[in-house]
Amino acid sequence: MKEMIRTDKLVFEYIRRDEEGNVEGITRAVDEVDMSVSPGQFIAILGHNGSGKSTLAKHFNALLYPTEGEVYVDGMRTEDGEHLWDVRQEAGMIFQNPDNQIIGQIVEEDVGFGPENMGVPTDEIWERVDESLKAVRMDKFRKSSPNHLSGGQKQRVSIAGVIAMHPKCIIMDEPTAMLDPTGRREVIRAARALNQVENITVILITHYMEEVVDADRVFVMDKGKVVMEGTPREVFSQVEKLKELKLGVPQVTLLAHELRKSGVPLPNPILTRKELVDALVGIRNSRKK
Amino acid sequence: MSIVLSHVNHIYDEDTAMAHPALIDVNIDIQDGEFIGLIGHTGSGKSTLIQHMNGLIEPTSGHIFFDGKDIGEQGFNKKTLRANVGLVFQYPEHQLFESDCFKDVCFGPRNLGLPQKEVELRAFEALSQVGFDPNYFYQSPFDLSGGQKRRVAIAGVLAMKPRVLILDEPTAGLDPKGREDILGLISSLHKEMKITVILVSHSMEDVADYVDRIIVMNKGRVAFDAPPKEVFSHYKELEEIGLAAPQVTYCMQDLATAGFDVDTSVTTLQEAKEEILKALSKC
Repeated sequence: MKEMIRTDKLVFEYIRRDEEGNVEGITRAVDEVDMSVSPGQFIAILGHNGSGKSTLAKHFNALLYPTEGEVYVDGMRTEDGEHLWDVRQEAGMIFQNPDNQIIGQIVEEDVGFGPENMGVPTDEIWERVDESLKAVRMDKFRKSSPNHLSGGQKQRVSIAGVIAMHPKCIIMDEPTAMLDPTGRREVIRAARALNQVENITVILITHYMEEVVDADRVFVMDKGKVVMEGTPREVFSQVEKLKELKLGVPQVTLLAHELRKSGVPLPNPILTRKELVDALVGIRNSRKK
Repeated sequence: MSIVLSHVNHIYDEDTAMAHPALIDVNIDIQDGEFIGLIGHTGSGKSTLIQHMNGLIEPTSGHIFFDGKDIGEQGFNKKTLRANVGLVFQYPEHQLFESDCFKDVCFGPRNLGLPQKEVELRAFEALSQVGFDPNYFYQSPFDLSGGQKRRVAIAGVLAMKPRVLILDEPTAGLDPKGREDILGLISSLHKEMKITVILVSHSMEDVADYVDRIIVMNKGRVAFDAPPKEVFSHYKELEEIGLAAPQVTYCMQDLATAGFDVDTSVTTLQEAKEEILKALSKC
């Protein structure tokens, strides 16, 4: 089967220039990254500010081109100009600030913008608007002005706008950074539903460790390289290493880690509240015997 | 240095068809040296509220008293008020504009009309307070990482020597280490310089770890105003208004349901750890 996204020794360098335009130096933002994402996976990318996550993600829909190495989206090399629109249609992108991504006066117009640009016939545009708004549970707000929506709702409209283009893959670059807890939950729930029901590949970049727990695979970046890779369970079992990388773990995982240090024989790692409670109940029962 | 809001109402676009109330009968009393967390879902009125506190927005009715003086009165010096109540907006690094960090921090105190020497002293002091590496003082702020830019932006407000510091989501968009650093910095400013701090946040864990008092806004009204433990004990009501309690509070609830003898009002990791160890030792 073709991989959804594959990078081969991907390198991206920024050239820094001074005020006169002379080259001051070169920053390697992405450094020889080999990554492969299968269709239908839910992938999370973690890393501190400046670790190269966003630069990497921008290669996935041809917003940036590699300095060295190659990026393939669904088998298409992003640098081949002929595939540009196919790549952008197949791999949709969601950014951090919903206000920068909404252009329509009313919600349905905004969601229809993508398919309209692709030359989809009018009737089908409306069908797509319908189904996309339903997928993110925003169909009630179809006729509303985006100005009157909350942050989480706006972000879901942005997602609907991407879904309406019928992508195979959605890349979300810190989609919840500006949202309140409910907004965060809504957006993550919408992302999971797309992945599970519509089988769309999701690549989630985030600083909230709690959002990563259900991912199929986690990549951790530092200084442009992938430094850790595995299931959430494998990655979050290394609390100290994540701390060194300026990251954290979900609060329950940290609590379990602290308890383990105090001698409580808990499995490593604990990812959810339920796991913690079950493990503690197990310990209690074994002591009673 | 107290701020008292008495029956403050604010209606946007009053007397038009679009009129909608953003603050409804808000009564808050903030005393010197407090560390307050302000939480509420998007659109609950938090930002409108903090902009009232340094006179950027005036109430449509009601009064705000700063050190006992009504700031709405004719002749009240708003400039002193704004020097005393420093407001750090969301994504403050977007407001950096100078060619180097030091100059950027000088901008505020220079606007206060201070002599050049005093301006530079204050900028130096403020940058040191936020733990900014002196090697970068004369670098362009645009070459810095997100967390470092934010430090410079906060220093720009500190250089005004405010006695009250209001920060609107100072950790948004930062990685976990960056979040911890900025919160640690705010906490030490509060402790060492005895500045009153009002922290607007969407992270219940952060609020629970640092503040002494939480004000919860909902639909323009104050829903709760109490210490963290008390506020988070209303976690069901908080969920109804789009908020939540810290993850550990839920853990303790679950453990209590499973028959463990633990205190369910716990809000921080340290307390949770101690409670669980205590409960296990009884088994």
